[in-house]
Amino acid sequence: MNAPLRRVGVVVMVLFGLLFANLNWVQGYKADEYRTSDYNGRVQVAKYDRKRGNIEAGGTALAVSKETDGELKYLRTYPGGAKYAHVLGYEPVNGAATGLERAENDFLAGTSDQLIVNRLRDMVTGDRTAGGNVLLTLSKQAQDVAYDQLRNNNRGVNKGAAVAIDPRTGAVQALVSIPSFDPTPLSSHNTNEAAAAYGKLEQDRDRPLRNRALGEVLPPGSTFKIVVAAAALENGIGKDTNISAGPSYTPPTSGESITNAVPSICPQSQVTLMKAVTDSCNTGFAKLGVQLGPDVIKEKARAFGFEQEDLTVGRLGEGGLAVEASRTGSMENPDGGADPAALAQSSIGQRDVRMTPLEGAMIAAAVANNGSQMRPYLVRQLLAPDRTTVYDTANPRELRRPVSGQVAADLRDMMVSVVQNGTGRNAQINGYTVGGKTGTADVAPGVPPHSWFIGFALDKDGNPVSAVCVLLENGGDGGSAEAARIAGQIMRAAIAEPGGR
Amino acid sequence: MTAAATPATSPATADERSGVRLARSRRNAELSLLLLAMAMVAAYGAMVEANVLDTITPTFWVPAAAITGVFLGIHLVIRFLAPFADPVLLPAVALLNGLGVGFLHRLDLAKAAPEDRADLATFAGTGGRQLAWTLVSVILAGGLLALMRDHRSISRYAYTLGLAGIILVMLPAVLPASISEINGAKLWVRIGSFSIQPGEFAKLALLVFFAYYLVRKREVLSLASHRFLGIDFPRGRDLGPVLVVWVISLLVLVFEKDLGTSLLYFGMFVATVYIATERVSWLLIGLVLFFGGAYLAYVLGRSVGGPFANFYLRADIWLDPFAKPYDEGYQLVQGLLALGSGGLFGAGPGAGQPLLLPEVQNDFIFAGIGEEIGLFGLSALLVIYLLIVERGLRAALAVRDSFGKLLAGGLAFTLALQVFVIVGGISKLIPLTGQTTPFLSAGGSSLMANWLLIAVLLRVSDAGRRPVTGTGGKVNRPAGGPPEQLHGAPTEVIKP
Repeated sequence: MNAPLRRVGVVVMVLFGLLFANLNWVQGYKADEYRTSDYNGRVQVAKYDRKRGNIEAGGTALAVSKETDGELKYLRTYPGGAKYAHVLGYEPVNGAATGLERAENDFLAGTSDQLIVNRLRDMVTGDRTAGGNVLLTLSKQAQDVAYDQLRNNNRGVNKGAAVAIDPRTGAVQALVSIPSFDPTPLSSHNTNEAAAAYGKLEQDRDRPLRNRALGEVLPPGSTFKIVVAAAALENGIGKDTNISAGPSYTPPTSGESITNAVPSICPQSQVTLMKAVTDSCNTGFAKLGVQLGPDVIKEKARAFGFEQEDLTVGRLGEGGLAVEASRTGSMENPDGGADPAALAQSSIGQRDVRMTPLEGAMIAAAVANNGSQMRPYLVRQLLAPDRTTVYDTANPRELRRPVSGQVAADLRDMMVSVVQNGTGRNAQINGYTVGGKTGTADVAPGVPPHSWFIGFALDKDGNPVSAVCVLLENGGDGGSAEAARIAGQIMRAAIAEPGGR
Repeated sequence: MTAAATPATSPATADERSGVRLARSRRNAELSLLLLAMAMVAAYGAMVEANVLDTITPTFWVPAAAITGVFLGIHLVIRFLAPFADPVLLPAVALLNGLGVGFLHRLDLAKAAPEDRADLATFAGTGGRQLAWTLVSVILAGGLLALMRDHRSISRYAYTLGLAGIILVMLPAVLPASISEINGAKLWVRIGSFSIQPGEFAKLALLVFFAYYLVRKREVLSLASHRFLGIDFPRGRDLGPVLVVWVISLLVLVFEKDLGTSLLYFGMFVATVYIATERVSWLLIGLVLFFGGAYLAYVLGRSVGGPFANFYLRADIWLDPFAKPYDEGYQLVQGLLALGSGGLFGAGPGAGQPLLLPEVQNDFIFAGIGEEIGLFGLSALLVIYLLIVERGLRAALAVRDSFGKLLAGGLAFTLALQVFVIVGGISKLIPLTGQTTPFLSAGGSSLMANWLLIAVLLRVSDAGRRPVTGTGGKVNRPAGGPPEQLHGAPTEVIKP
């Protein structure tokens, strides 16, 4: 019986060899994958061992980690509340973080390469490296005003967004989306509670989790006329040149006619470009668009930032919150030739033209800043865990130059005229020169149109101090006047407290 | 022949040397190895405290000392009752058992609130209970050594044990689920808060019966045969008992919803038949029957469901555990993540997160330990298991009677198979089935049964290594006289 016993011994060796080989596979080859797996709770526990850095704006902490007695040592809370929710995002125990919590995670968590010196030092001293602090450009006052005014708009609209940026630097002064949410319950260590809070928000039909300022693309309505006007100015039409207008315009090959918002707007056959912008003359811009052609308009829109798919707002140069691409849509027939009907409607910001509120603010900012569009950013500075060392200070830079200084000056004059004499009077600010453009975008018959306002404020010396875009979804008739009023309030706050840069 | 012959070439000296080798009981080696193992257990306890409590308490050595006392007791029993027993078995088993208790104590520490940790009593919680079970198990093992002075004596009870084994196997299957089912497997008998796993004992009883039955039938089973494709196949009527065991295994699979136990019984039986008959055909028949049965259960589970559904589910989880990482696949996924997080060197004793693992004190203890000691540590544990198994097989080789060979060989292989089934299960080598990890998992039944198994191996190895004419621990060799003729000499040359 000894021979089979020996063979059984060999079988046992083989079985154990298989176990050993498989353990090598699991603990060696697959180890990294398993260690960092989304299902691996150890990642979370290790993460919460270290104090996550603050997110602050204007010296006020908006996101802080508090020490607890639980297994997870630090609890993330958001004193900034719903007002800052869409900028900061939240850091849940289970699942993915959002907002800047996600974009700046490495620095906040202390695992960034930039903090390696701190980590090495702590290895010697035995401390646990805390995360670094992220300082934002936001103006607390502007953010407060934007949030409060949006929520208390006189149209009773509950969905909307507002963005304010410093035209000279691109620093974001305010970024608000309503309805908003309180991020603190979402980061609760009680994962059931967090999941319940999240589930409720996700079920909400108004989609409070959505960052409308960067992620909502809606037809921009008449605000798009600034882009068309810029194209016209570069194609031999001056601000005082007469363009063809009229009470109604039916583009060739189209059954639908384009009219003006009220009959009193540009009923005459000829108006100046200036007047057409000031009164928001639909027929004039529809004809202008057909005259310029799809390529010119699309090219100008692209020069202002339309079609950019990889724009992010966060730290300058890398990462941040993703921005949905604004689109001009198709203005051609299937055969490639211009489709006058589509072109006419697109020229007044309808049809397939789509714009984010941020893009609206960036258009206004480029006009205000002599044609130079600065790259928008939210992170002003990265501060070491001990708050002594500054790791990164934003260095503003130009993103693109959509129009020349001369064209920008003409556009500014026209937009100032809108606020002084036209549809945007509500945005006026004492002692400052405010320019802007309203927009009312039809959605569907019977559905209230979206209301827009894009604009800027110049100080006495003509230096731009703020550019904004306000969107009230389904704001209805007169909604754009309310949007203009809110925009004025936000810019006033941004003037009082410019925020960081 | 002159007296001037050089000692080196003297046949007398050679015989004497061989006699000395056989006569040495190696009990002191066992004691040294045991103390070394216990020092490792104490070191493990200290590292756990350093990582969990951030300090080593002055009493860190108490659990290790307590368990050392228990093992010193069984060492003394062996010294007197089985002086020639294999000296490696006890230290190897003691190391596993000690680390198991240490790890369970470490789980208690992790479960306790931070402020209570330092005062956690050594004998409280799962770790304390396991320590108590160790004491009971070791006393049982010592008792068995004392009662069974010759392993052949248990063959007298072979049929009784066989019947008892079958009853123990079938008991959970026929009892209502409220008494016998835990976590989907009907393997238990629960009386109040007390629960035992009769299957653990059944495997010992059945193996005694198999060994006895096969020793009597081996002639028939190995000689009468049909030749087919160059392999000798047994006669149809001799297949009877094999088929009976196969059917019982499948019934266990279906009614106790447990692939592991079924695989264990059947593998145990096929291995003993093979050892007894030396016929490869039995292995082939066994493998074909088992895999055929398992495949059939899988197909039936998918199409019919019912009693086969559980098996199908487990096979499905095995194929892709990450398909349902929070539901059915949760255990296996978490086990893999724990092993992966441990990596090559592990987080260090006490520095892992074993509480994230479901069933970490039972089925997944190997994964829980693996997170903290890494691939290197687990490989060492596997080597310890391999050492125990190979020592058991060596005892089977050394012992002279067929019953002893079959018994020791079967027990050693059963232990190996059980380690394979559970470690392979948690590391996704084979479908996961609930088996205890011998000597590590929390639970009295498994610990007692495995210590009884070790007691039998110790007894058989004692018989194998004992000089034939020796009595007790001494070898009577008249000084100056010619050395005794020792039959035991290299046992390998003895034909079965």
